[in-house]
Amino acid sequence: MCGIVGLFLKDKALEPRLGELTAQMLATMCERGPDSAGFAVYGSSESGKAKITVQSADADKDFVGLDAALSTAVGSPVSIERKSTHAVLTVPADKAEVARQTIKANHPGVRIMSAGETIEIYKEVGWPTDVSQQFHLRQMSGSHAIGHTRMATESAVTTLGAHPFSTGSDQCLVHNGSLSNHNSLKRKLKHDGMTFETENDSEVAASYLTWRMNQGMNLGQALEKSLDDLDGFFTFVVGTKNGFGVIRDPIACKPAVMAETDQYVAFGSEYRALAGLPGIETARVWEPEPATVYFWER
Amino acid sequence: MRTIDLAVTPLRDLNSELHRQSEGTNEAEWEVLNPRGQHAVAVGVDAPIKVAVRGPVGYYGGGMNKKAVITIHGSAGPGVAENMMSGSVVVKGDASQYAGATGRGGLLVIEGNAASRCGISMKGIDIVVRGNIGHMSAFMAQSGHLVVLGDAGDALGDSIYEAKLFVRGNVKSLGADCIEKEMRPEHHEQLAALLEKAGIKDVKTSEFKRYGSARKLYNFNIDNADAY
Repeated sequence: MCGIVGLFLKDKALEPRLGELTAQMLATMCERGPDSAGFAVYGSSESGKAKITVQSADADKDFVGLDAALSTAVGSPVSIERKSTHAVLTVPADKAEVARQTIKANHPGVRIMSAGETIEIYKEVGWPTDVSQQFHLRQMSGSHAIGHTRMATESAVTTLGAHPFSTGSDQCLVHNGSLSNHNSLKRKLKHDGMTFETENDSEVAASYLTWRMNQGMNLGQALEKSLDDLDGFFTFVVGTKNGFGVIRDPIACKPAVMAETDQYVAFGSEYRALAGLPGIETARVWEPEPATVYFWER
Repeated sequence: MRTIDLAVTPLRDLNSELHRQSEGTNEAEWEVLNPRGQHAVAVGVDAPIKVAVRGPVGYYGGGMNKKAVITIHGSAGPGVAENMMSGSVVVKGDASQYAGATGRGGLLVIEGNAASRCGISMKGIDIVVRGNIGHMSAFMAQSGHLVVLGDAGDALGDSIYEAKLFVRGNVKSLGADCIEKEMRPEHHEQLAALLEKAGIKDVKTSEFKRYGSARKLYNFNIDNADAY
């Protein structure tokens, strides 16, 4: 099964409420995905800085001195803000890649969840409302957010196997469904230099879109191409720094409903996820068509 | 009229109250408030009562209905009126996938659009859709009628048996063994009666085309292998 929620704000006045609205949307989708949950929040950015969100199973040990070690490695100050098993590292944007490489090389217990100017990804095993409370989703603000509740089918129930997957700067993807050609596609992507953290099929889809965007496509064009290259069942909701996209495979078994008002575009696996949004009574509510790209940019 | 507010009353209480009703009940009119997309709202009713649901429902709204007249004043999630036996379900908004699936009788009216697999494996139900229907609708449809005032998606009536399909708009493609058939006088009469039952007065039966089974796939015949 799995549940997906997404909220892309058009009205800045709602930005302080992004976390609160996303949390209540996510809470309605617990039964669809009781194994694990996660969310990407596109929050504030600091000029010239990049954010790297990291996770550790032994945060008490792994996060101590991580900022100092990275500061030394990149030769600039790095700050850390811990949130439970996750932490957000703020590094100079031109040092972000060095910081990433340093984490991978010298801090084996620390996993990178996301990196970019505005994105932060939090995900853990457990009941979705517990996961959103663990990271204080309600208090977060930002321009858009994508959440996922997982009922695992293709790979293990682990933190890294939870969604969203991020395979490029400020990019993320959540998936409801299962891909059938992910192994062959993964080989091709690996050959072109893409790297993978898990055995998860959804990570391959995320990586595929990043690979396409690295070729110069925008998110909408990359999604369009995915219809030719991905085989299987999927409803994807995808975020970039400025964009929000939705696509369903041509068979479209996996449920999806969308709502749009002057204030926002919202996605839910079911209407229940949208029922608590402001102005939903008068929103345009529709089921996205199969094999059709929906894409918003701000 | 009995009014049940799902914002305060658990769904199971609503459904057990509805299941307690039978022929000749004094509580013939029901109103359900704040469904907020909940699943299985007013399923398994087996009494000639009227139920008005004020708002959108989730999966299986009005499923397995027998005798009741259920009106959903909103949209419906997947499987609305699934396996209906008799009575009617009216959806004022849109319906998600497999609306009226496996229905054995009764009338399902969707005033908006229906998504994919509308009327899949229908076995006697009549379905009238004012808008469009999605792909793979009436897949393996065995009997009953599907009337569509708008367009139909890909693979309409794939592997159809004896259900009759009437479509006013365009059909994107026909499924295996489904063909266009002649509209004879009796079909105009059947269609007129269905439109009347659904309360539709603004279209003419002459605007519709009829589709049904070519009857080549009932039994395996090697000469028809290409049709599969």
